[in-house]
Amino acid sequence: MDNRKILNSGEFLIDTLEAKDVFIPEEFNEEQLMIAKSAQDFLEAEVYPNLDNLDKGDRELMSATLKKSGDLGLMGVALPEEYGGFGQNFITQMLLAEKVGAGYSFSVAFMAHCGIGTLPIAYYGNDFQRQKYVTKLATGEFIGAYCLTEPGAGSDANSGKTNAKLSEDGKHYIINGQKMWITNAGFADVETVFAKIDNDRILSAFIVEKAMPGVTVAPDEHKMGIKGSSTAQIFYNDVKVPVENLIGERGEGFRIALSILHMGRIKLGANVIGAMKKAINDSVKYANERKQFGVLISTFGAIKYKIAQQAIKTFTAESAVYRLSQDIDDLLNKNLAKGMDKGRATIEALAHYAVEAAILKVYGSEALDYVVDEAVQIHGGMGYSAEVAVERGYRDSRINRIFEGTNEINRLIVADTTIKRAQKNEFDLFGHADKVYAEMNSVSCGKKDGETYFESKRRYLSNFKKATLLIIKAVSKHFNFKLVPEQEVMNNISEMIMEIYEAESLALRVEKLDNMGKKDEIYRDILNVYLYDLADVIKKSAKDAINSLENAEESLNLTTAIDKLTTVDAVNVKFARRRIADRMIEANGYIL
Amino acid sequence: MKVLVCISNVPDTTTKVKFVDESKLDTNGIQWVINPWDELALTRALEMKEDASNGIEAVTVAHVGLAAAEPTIRKALAIGADNAIRVNVDPKDAYEVASQLAQVVKAENFEIVLCGIESADHNGSTVGGMLAEFLECPSVTCVSSLKMEGGKSVITREIDGGKEIVSVPTPFVAVVQKGIAKEPRIAAMRGIMAARTKPIKVAEPQAVASLTEVKKYEMPKPRAACKFVDAENAGELIALLQNEAKVL
Repeated sequence: MDNRKILNSGEFLIDTLEAKDVFIPEEFNEEQLMIAKSAQDFLEAEVYPNLDNLDKGDRELMSATLKKSGDLGLMGVALPEEYGGFGQNFITQMLLAEKVGAGYSFSVAFMAHCGIGTLPIAYYGNDFQRQKYVTKLATGEFIGAYCLTEPGAGSDANSGKTNAKLSEDGKHYIINGQKMWITNAGFADVETVFAKIDNDRILSAFIVEKAMPGVTVAPDEHKMGIKGSSTAQIFYNDVKVPVENLIGERGEGFRIALSILHMGRIKLGANVIGAMKKAINDSVKYANERKQFGVLISTFGAIKYKIAQQAIKTFTAESAVYRLSQDIDDLLNKNLAKGMDKGRATIEALAHYAVEAAILKVYGSEALDYVVDEAVQIHGGMGYSAEVAVERGYRDSRINRIFEGTNEINRLIVADTTIKRAQKNEFDLFGHADKVYAEMNSVSCGKKDGETYFESKRRYLSNFKKATLLIIKAVSKHFNFKLVPEQEVMNNISEMIMEIYEAESLALRVEKLDNMGKKDEIYRDILNVYLYDLADVIKKSAKDAINSLENAEESLNLTTAIDKLTTVDAVNVKFARRRIADRMIEANGYIL
Repeated sequence: MKVLVCISNVPDTTTKVKFVDESKLDTNGIQWVINPWDELALTRALEMKEDASNGIEAVTVAHVGLAAAEPTIRKALAIGADNAIRVNVDPKDAYEVASQLAQVVKAENFEIVLCGIESADHNGSTVGGMLAEFLECPSVTCVSSLKMEGGKSVITREIDGGKEIVSVPTPFVAVVQKGIAKEPRIAAMRGIMAARTKPIKVAEPQAVASLTEVKKYEMPKPRAACKFVDAENAGELIALLQNEAKVL
């Protein structure tokens, strides 16, 4: 997209875009849609008929299924052509992640392979390592895994105890230690193992082959969901790893580990969209078949409410996912133009948008939990039966709030990184926040006569942003920027930041659709309901933060300002939700 | 030997069909796909090409329709067809489709022509037969297996209560049905990338009079609600069958 305005990370809080500046899913090209269809066809042909067997923990079946997806080329979509991949752009990668995301535990195995299992070598490996491993990971000949977590090192990843010592002849590192919760452990051929060399403070990253003597994989863990995904401990007992298998520099491992997690995080944001659409399809189909009191349950308002909420959350999450994907593609291309290598260009782009990536992860995983929960509820007693797809979907959803960085860690990233970057003057958040704070007592909702539909929505968003800036300023001032122990208040701020990013993405998409001539009333219904609800979410988060400050005089002024900034027009949400649900019910599935 | 697979561009089979003014399909929101039976024909053609002993040099797909169908044609190329021909006309009926296809086959001397037994839209099941007639060549219908052995066709037809195995000289038209190939193929990444550069030749249509005029389309009547009659009330059941269902 040429000549579009691009915002740096976090700048959405102080600046706005026009609808033409964002990419929306309705703009996928024919080739992207064809790739998406292939992924969907693959799930229908190879995954859905085998879900029960996969969930019995059949490692061979999962491995074989992964390899079949490799035969189709799906594992190479993100990888450069010189290493056997197809060099597709980031939007296409995210669309593939969305489609595969409807594949239950297969999705976890596939994404782990393509992401954390392959990318450390693809992005940070040297040419020798890439030729030796990435070319085979690209086709599924090798399956990959990423070994970071240890019994005592989860969210605090750098505290791992796995150790690497250089052998006397200088030709090998001898690795000893234990890793746990390793996805694809049961059949991975190649592992990226993080360990500290000698007494280093920081991790290094090594390529370890399963066939190397001293590598022992434990039986799979018994899990709540994603049972088909192999998850196990791996033990390393005097494993001799050739020195040429060190990825990047000594001590670079922690940086590699985190940057790869940024990627996992953002792809998870796309995965959940596919899972949400699948759960909605299952919900609507059931509601259209199940009769109670002589009528289909899809005719009941309470069921329509659920279907509408499922659709609203999905449509919103999707809007943000593809908006960010385009930003990443643009920054990546800029980095390439500066002469960076593709891996480095991607990593830098992802690291730049770390806040937005965390937003997609948290919002998406929680939206999916809502959608699958209501999917079970729509099925009633049947939803609790292992015979229906939504039961599996419900169990499989839960892990998304835990892996790729827990939502707690990611929430802190959202507020903390935003404030820290602003403190470093990477963007002028505090200039804007100071202004809003100074004008707090004279603030108004700013409603003007004759506002157009989209002008009023932009005004709401602008007010919500002001509310967020106000709270950031008040909180930072109150705690004198010593915010680390203030996780509850930081979470209030994160909530506001996340919701604004999602809502603005939704608003821009609806406006762009309108400009493209797709003036479907339910797009506006979705936006109306979302912003109406959001006003209360912003108000609640802001007030929770204000009341945590225990400053009675300022609290009153802040609260009054927040009330004005969260004033929105009334919406008949009952009818709006019914219209949204009716469209899904008529189409017998998610149609947006 | 050159193989031609004739493909229709049809609404996805899960589409909820609606009509505008009872005369035109409402194309709003429709996903278009290769007609499933044609896709099976394409799969078989590709399998045959992959067996070098069949000596098949190329698999071409042909479609009679406007440019809007090109995504469907490119899908066929992504699945593995070598090239495509699109006759640039919006055909009014099967006769017109068969006439246009006949020109394509004559111009390029295809020796094996495959059609699906029916199409998921109008379901006329007549293009293959008419095409063979225009080409003055054999046509074999209900084909569930097609092989070439020593340059000769070995064709299995599904007939009432059994199978019939026949051989016809080339060129011929085979109208294929389920069983001709296991499953349609999923377009692989390599195929999707290759489809970008595979040629789609656009042929101008011949002047053909269409023989059919569609008067109107009607939707099937919505199914009435099921009525339950207690086992003791046989009389009520008989009354309903006589007066309401009018089957007695």
